[in-house]
Amino acid sequence: MTKRQKRMAAIAALLVGLSLAAALGFTAFRKNMMYFYTPSDLLAGTSKVGAKLRLGGLVERGSVKRGEGLSVDFILADCVHSLPVHYEGILPDLFREGQGIVATGSMQANGAFKADEVLAKHDENYMPPQVADALKVQDGKHACAPFKSVNKVEAAK
Amino acid sequence: MWTWFHRLASPPTFYRLADRFAPWFGIAATGLLAYGIVGGLFFAPADYQQSDAFRIIYIHVPAAALSLSIYMLMASAALVAVIWRIKLAECVLVSAAPIGASFTALALVTGMLWGKPMWGAYWVWDARLTSELILLFLYAGVIGLNQAIEDPRAAARACGLLALIGVINVPIVHYSVEWWNSLHQGSTILKMGKPSMNADMAQPLYACLLGVYFFMGYVLLRRTQNELLLRERGTAWVKERLESSNV
Repeated sequence: MTKRQKRMAAIAALLVGLSLAAALGFTAFRKNMMYFYTPSDLLAGTSKVGAKLRLGGLVERGSVKRGEGLSVDFILADCVHSLPVHYEGILPDLFREGQGIVATGSMQANGAFKADEVLAKHDENYMPPQVADALKVQDGKHACAPFKSVNKVEAAK
Repeated sequence: MWTWFHRLASPPTFYRLADRFAPWFGIAATGLLAYGIVGGLFFAPADYQQSDAFRIIYIHVPAAALSLSIYMLMASAALVAVIWRIKLAECVLVSAAPIGASFTALALVTGMLWGKPMWGAYWVWDARLTSELILLFLYAGVIGLNQAIEDPRAAARACGLLALIGVINVPIVHYSVEWWNSLHQGSTILKMGKPSMNADMAQPLYACLLGVYFFMGYVLLRRTQNELLLRERGTAWVKERLESSNV
């Protein structure tokens, strides 16, 4: 082998080794790479009551109920399951029914999720208002695709 | 084929070619960016959810696309520099890093400015944002390493190795929003299949994207020329150039 071929082999080995290490690492730490859990994950009973975690999903249409002051209750859903959420605080501008959000908080003993912080998760669709009105009749199914179950419970349809 | 390649890689030939192409790249970049930015900021319809705030996309997406493309270009140059020890590739490698770092920083800053009003937070540690920040650190590492080593050829080799190791981060940035749950949304146009964007909004964006690629071409050619002049300052062709241009 010439010196040049040795260098080629060394770099090829380096890249293969790195990709392998990354693939193994990310498979092992898949849970830790996830920014949030889905309602399906929490309902499968994989998280402790009171443990701090993030929950992501779509705000179900017609489920938002405003209480006294800044308190608000709504139902958060992925493609399969849904979970009631209670929050007291200021909501981001993009918080609306049918849109994705990520809430930080913990599960309560009564089966509801208590949020301390709510962030809006915008989807990748951009359109002018008149087009959006035309699309309204369609089902919002595509919108739940970005919410992947962390523990792979009932893979999202 | 190889003789052609070697001739292109010779500093004086490249310098001359760069001189010929760079102005055209500059003109194309100016035209496309002017059309894209004006069309995007003033004429594209507002978004149904975000209204005018979505217009940051005309800066953010091209910057983010370039941050990855420049890295791939820099890593390709690094591969050639490390294996074949071609001087031109070394110059491209060290010239590309600051351009890439600038666009990565621009993508991060525009993203944060958009994130505060839309998400409700400037920064979150999700997979996309974190891996893009690591990309910035990789660029910074290449720039720093190049500055730290006195001998330019040894410096380029060290930078090349770092750039090649960092390649692993590029697919992670790109696919982070598909592999894992993230707050950052998925790709709108830089993906397989139909773009998730209205055509009136997408057209200026395509112009901006093409425009920044020409801009990158322009800046990279000019920076590489500078780097070549600096490294070859003792050689006959540089002296000839200097005399003929009356500097």
